[in-house]
Amino acid sequence: MVLPQIALHVFKESVRDRVPYTLVLFAILLMASSYLLGQLTAGQEVKIIKDLGLAAISIIGLFIAIFIGIGLVSKEVERRSIYNLLSKPVSRRQVVMGKYLGLALTLFVNVGVMAVALYGVLAYFSYAAEPVVKAAWEAPALDPALLMAIGLIFVELAVITAVALLFSTFSSPLLSAALTFGLFLVGHFNADLRHFDQIVSSKTAVYVARTLYYLLPNLALFDVKAEVVHGYAVSASAIAWALGYAVAYISVLVMAAAFIFERRDLK
Amino acid sequence: MNTNARAAGRLRASVFVPALTLLLTAIVALQMARERQDSPREIDAQLLYVRSGTALDRLSLSYDALMADAYWIRALQHYGGTRLSKRSDKRYDLLYPLLDITTSLDPRFVIAYRFGAIFLAEGYPHGPGRPDQAVALLQKGMRAQPEKWQYPYDAGFIYYWWLEDFRSAAEWFDRASRVTGAPWWLKALTATTLAQGGNRGSSRLLWQQMLATADNDWLKQTAQLRLAQLTALDHLDQLAAMVAQYRSKGGQVPDSWDALVRAGFLSRWPVDPGGVPYHLDARTGVVDVAPDSPLQPLPPNLRRR
Repeated sequence: MVLPQIALHVFKESVRDRVPYTLVLFAILLMASSYLLGQLTAGQEVKIIKDLGLAAISIIGLFIAIFIGIGLVSKEVERRSIYNLLSKPVSRRQVVMGKYLGLALTLFVNVGVMAVALYGVLAYFSYAAEPVVKAAWEAPALDPALLMAIGLIFVELAVITAVALLFSTFSSPLLSAALTFGLFLVGHFNADLRHFDQIVSSKTAVYVARTLYYLLPNLALFDVKAEVVHGYAVSASAIAWALGYAVAYISVLVMAAAFIFERRDLK
Repeated sequence: MNTNARAAGRLRASVFVPALTLLLTAIVALQMARERQDSPREIDAQLLYVRSGTALDRLSLSYDALMADAYWIRALQHYGGTRLSKRSDKRYDLLYPLLDITTSLDPRFVIAYRFGAIFLAEGYPHGPGRPDQAVALLQKGMRAQPEKWQYPYDAGFIYYWWLEDFRSAAEWFDRASRVTGAPWWLKALTATTLAQGGNRGSSRLLWQQMLATADNDWLKQTAQLRLAQLTALDHLDQLAAMVAQYRSKGGQVPDSWDALVRAGFLSRWPVDPGGVPYHLDARTGVVDVAPDSPLQPLPPNLRRR
């Protein structure tokens, strides 16, 4: 019963940190921009609102994941409030896991609110559009498949949160932020490492690149935004692979974070 | 103490808010005054920092579709802005690179291929007059989405309308007709293009099909304009025949449409489908759409066939 308590504490703290206000701002900007976009896009407003909405959910979620994630443990240590927490019958492992779950809950709620805002804008366009215009859309405005893309964005953010948490257990917030963002970038480029043999002839370099490819997070697995927006089907097996990969990767990262934090000298 | 602090807070707010408003007003006023002195520099529409779609695709991480939207909007603005520009040396140099980047970032952006091809093929000065680039863009679309019959159909359209190469047009229509799910009339269009390519009847059929299958207002308006132009060409032939008849009877060119009305050839002044009266040259007797008609310019290749 300790884990939910810590998780709820992290969630309440993020609410106090005014994180949800960014979401309101997001929703207002999205709604305001959609009218202007409609004038500029030659009938592509629904596609562009979906692209913009999904990208905004991903980017704002990334900021929340990184900037709250990096402080999850290091801030507590810095403020020395960790001693207060550890004086209770709570193990360090539970602290790390509880904090991870708390931030994951925060992200889940934030992503959910943004998804509602996005569907709200799309509902307006769907209501206002004539049937002949709707017939030309590649996918309906209120396409339930969007939830799949949003769900996978959340899963990607959960992986990034775990990365931020891991760095947070042994590094300063600034360095943790830089390293997490670096891994986010690498996570979208690492398909290049898979094909390193096409550019270099050194077998050692190819071997190192191939090893890094398998070790570093492959975030491209969670990106089905374009498929969903264009109305293409995303196979259930692709989603299952992505989910399985995320669960395994998050487990490794959170366990590593707990392992490091358990051995850390807090004096 | 508490009351004092609240009073100080109210005082600060009563000074702060008007001061902020005043300063904001001053910023706007200064900007306006500066612009009166020196008009703001125009954005250089011919500037494109990165021309490689592949490089931009990599730099966009997982936000390539959003980047494609941004480049699509830029392509629309470049085309629309240049088309509406009053400059005599209009340049559409960035149109193809912008469309190429858009479709590299989002290879399934159907409208970017289809509209882009129409923009590129449009004759100068209403467009760059580059049907070759239009076909190249559509071929890129065919490689990305071979299941779309619309791309070879549009390529055939460009060969038909802009290049007047009816054999190639028929080949593209035939290719489109062989794509799974293609409409039945593409077979008929192929045959008509081969048999009667270039006459008004087959052109009308082409545009009627375009109007029937258009899934957006812009494409519909274009098809409607072309159909109106074809109707106007038919009217011009009839009016030219009336003028010739009038001349053969009276021996001289009618000085206005009134002369033809009085002679019983017409019941009233003839008006084109755009709502503008046709132009009659009182010196030569040549009839044409008026210079200010929205139907200008008429396709020259379809006159008097």
